[in-house]
Amino acid sequence: MHRREVLKLGSLAGAMSLAGMPTLSWAQDRSPIKVGILHSLSGTMAISETSLKDVALMAIDEINRGGGVMGRKIAPVVVDPASNWPLFAERARQLLTQDKVAAVFGCWTSVSRKSVLPVFEELNGLLFYPVQYEGEEMSRNVFYTGAAPNQQAIPAVEYLLSQEGGGARRIFLLGTDYVYPRTTNRILRAFLIGKGIKETDIEEVYTPFGHSDYQTIVANIKRFAQGGKTAVVSTINGDSNVPFYKELGNQGLKAADVPVVAFSVGEEELRGIDTKPLVGHLAAWNYFMSVRNPTNDKFKKQWADWARSQKLPGADKAVTNDPMEATYVGLHMWKQAVEKARSADVDKVRAAMIGQKFDAPCGFTLTMDGNHHLHKPVMIGEVRADGQFNVVWRTKGPVRAQPWSPFIEGNKGKPDVVAGSGRGSARAA
Amino acid sequence: MRTRALEWLLGGLLCWHAGAAALTAQDIQPLAGDDYAAKEEAVGRLVADADPRAAVLLQALADGDAAAGEAGRIIVGSRDGSVDAVTGEPVGEREAAAAEPIMLNNRLRGLVERGLAAARLSAPDPVMRRAAADALLANPDARFQPLVERARAREADAEIKSRLDALWAMAALRDPDPEVRLAAVGLVAARRQPELRDLLRPLAEPAAAGGQGEPDPRVRAAARAGIASLDRLQWWGDLAATLFSGLSLGSVLLLAALGLAITYGLIGVINMAHGEFLMLGAYATYVVQQAVQRHAPALFDWYPLLSVPASFAVAALAGLALERLVLRHLYGRPLETLLTTFGVSLLMIQAVRMTFGAQNVQVSNPDWMTGGIALLPNLVLPYNRLIILAFSLAVVALAWAVLNRTRLGLFVRAVTQNRDMAACVGVRTGKVDSYAFAFGAGIAGLGGCALAQIGNVGPDLGQGYIIDSFMAVVLGGVGQLAGTIVGALGLGMASKLIEPFWGAVLAKIAVLVLIVLFIQKRPQGMFALKGRSAEA
Repeated sequence: MHRREVLKLGSLAGAMSLAGMPTLSWAQDRSPIKVGILHSLSGTMAISETSLKDVALMAIDEINRGGGVMGRKIAPVVVDPASNWPLFAERARQLLTQDKVAAVFGCWTSVSRKSVLPVFEELNGLLFYPVQYEGEEMSRNVFYTGAAPNQQAIPAVEYLLSQEGGGARRIFLLGTDYVYPRTTNRILRAFLIGKGIKETDIEEVYTPFGHSDYQTIVANIKRFAQGGKTAVVSTINGDSNVPFYKELGNQGLKAADVPVVAFSVGEEELRGIDTKPLVGHLAAWNYFMSVRNPTNDKFKKQWADWARSQKLPGADKAVTNDPMEATYVGLHMWKQAVEKARSADVDKVRAAMIGQKFDAPCGFTLTMDGNHHLHKPVMIGEVRADGQFNVVWRTKGPVRAQPWSPFIEGNKGKPDVVAGSGRGSARAA
Repeated sequence: MRTRALEWLLGGLLCWHAGAAALTAQDIQPLAGDDYAAKEEAVGRLVADADPRAAVLLQALADGDAAAGEAGRIIVGSRDGSVDAVTGEPVGEREAAAAEPIMLNNRLRGLVERGLAAARLSAPDPVMRRAAADALLANPDARFQPLVERARAREADAEIKSRLDALWAMAALRDPDPEVRLAAVGLVAARRQPELRDLLRPLAEPAAAGGQGEPDPRVRAAARAGIASLDRLQWWGDLAATLFSGLSLGSVLLLAALGLAITYGLIGVINMAHGEFLMLGAYATYVVQQAVQRHAPALFDWYPLLSVPASFAVAALAGLALERLVLRHLYGRPLETLLTTFGVSLLMIQAVRMTFGAQNVQVSNPDWMTGGIALLPNLVLPYNRLIILAFSLAVVALAWAVLNRTRLGLFVRAVTQNRDMAACVGVRTGKVDSYAFAFGAGIAGLGGCALAQIGNVGPDLGQGYIIDSFMAVVLGGVGQLAGTIVGALGLGMASKLIEPFWGAVLAKIAVLVLIVLFIQKRPQGMFALKGRSAEA
């Protein structure tokens, strides 16, 4: 027998004994842990949410391949609330009472989150919410893995006002008509006025969900831009973005004249548009697919392989984006917390979540704060001709979230951390 | 063309800054980095540099052909291969392939473009000079003023001269000599660009103590007149733009509603699956686009021509199947028809969702449908909207011709007016119903083909149009093509006229309220059928 073969056999035996160990020690409960996935797979939000369902399944598969959580597999329960806000609450109740899931990963729009929130609080469930939002919320039953306004909206507007970002003096706030754009714009308005921008230099316009005719609005933007250097802050959500950007391109409004910074448009949304006329328009996120680091390379490859193996539509051009990264981070943090708590029980996991760290694809180690929000880096990217973003500005490191914005009256003195998780606040401070 | 353009570019830059230093690797080193302030300085040096290589690099930056190779070496790509930006030596293919494209932000992109435009003011090609002058007019930059004045002195072409005059005048508005200011005000006002008002505004105010006002009353009067004329222009431009957008929205609604005007208006089937015929037409467009892209990429720009008959055929076949298999058993029972077609619409949505996926599919505009004609700075007519307007008129003409100029149309009209009598004289009413329904569905498919060019294509596409379609048909008067046309265009106009004042959300509500009130007053719609058939 050659030496090499002996070595091979030895290492094989070692690996087998290692693999066998957990099954021996945690033999008492081998049943899978159920988690719910609550994303719209149809309707106006399907454009954005479908890939979050897929990336959650990918992360679960990754964890299961690596031995699961405490030797138990994770079993996903996927439901489709169909972009219908009351249906979100119904499906959430079903997940918590019938399927008895340990945690739910889901929601995109704030209105869907607001409609499931009472259900999670009543039944003491656990929701991981992966999208940037307007803040003004800090539920003990929710972990927010997307950005709060000070981690996205405010730095983005600050950039627009800066010399580097074009030195805008007039701001056009354009959004879909629901709670996220309205609250965000309220915060931004207060922030802009604090920066010395006059009321008359701020315009606020809303459109219904699924709006498809942006002629008048683009004409309005043009007229507004005559009064001085203008930038547009877009909180348009879902597939309305496609007609909006098409109209911008057709009417010849270039980014060099009037840049549009979007808070809900990422790589996935741009897949449906011809991006050449959009070069230079901006988006603010905490992660871009074009970020270069080894963790992101691995994440992108893992996602491309997953899309191909699952035969997802458009798998040959699979893209990653910020909420996908946030979903991925959320799932892994939940797994770490379950392992730390040695239980999937909601109260124990909640306590164990605080202070969890994870090396995220954005290139930073993210920490879960006592306020149930992640510390996140802020990045601003410009649309490239290939539909990717080119990062033109970023913070030095992760920023702590301020869910209660200081720009909204009456927020002073609100608790800084979720009750009963004081440890996290000490760490954060 | 590119090379010739470059030569003249070089010429322009040379005569601008004769004697400046040659380009060095150190000058442009920051371009490879991530520090945008340093990059801006480097681009500033490039713009000011007389070296021909600087102009080549500027052009490459504007075109996105510049990249950073090994050790921060800047590489310029071209058709003949990549060269080093400083030395002009060819770069190995491996290094060129691995090079990272140089990223610009909006600010830098603007600077590069203005620098190129300023240099192009001395190009021999008048088209190029005019484009350069337009670019500078849109984004004036004081640092290129000397170049503008030199170009103005030698320009012979009257049209370009007037642009250069305006460019000069924009700077001359602050000249100490009132005569110069007076001339400048006239030139700026003559540019007919409403955004220039802000330049004139300080000159219309009388000089306050220590303020920036205008001391000369003649200049003030000229400035005031200029502002007024630009205001008028703005007003007319806005009005025309609003009317056009109303017309365009109306034509979209018309395309969506015309099929329904036939299936519901003429045959009397309350067809809740109408929106899904639109969706089928849109998906047929998508399938044709994919097929053309795969099998004949050279013809890609013309795929919409192929998709028009395809979308008609697909939707018409689906309509024929629906009528033959389901609807003909339900004639005379409107409530059942309504519920059945609603169920069918859900089936169709789910079937498409399972075949194509729940996400929207991408239907891209061919090149000849992107962009638009700028009649005024505030009045741009996008090509896709113009084409859809023309297309909707063509579809109306087709529907009218089929109904009024063919045997099938004659039978359809006969059956709708008096079914029993038509059957008595030998018209096979069942067949006529089938064909007419299939024709209406096919027209809806054509509508879907057009909608795919301006909006999203997804399984729910039809849901967004079904209400608007019924509104257009009912408002216009059931049973009349002309009514639907007026109804759809009227709805579009009303929405767009209200939107600037109340916003998109309230405009939608206001239009609904208006329709409810109108139907209360006139239940038969704008155009009522007269005579005996109206009672049937």
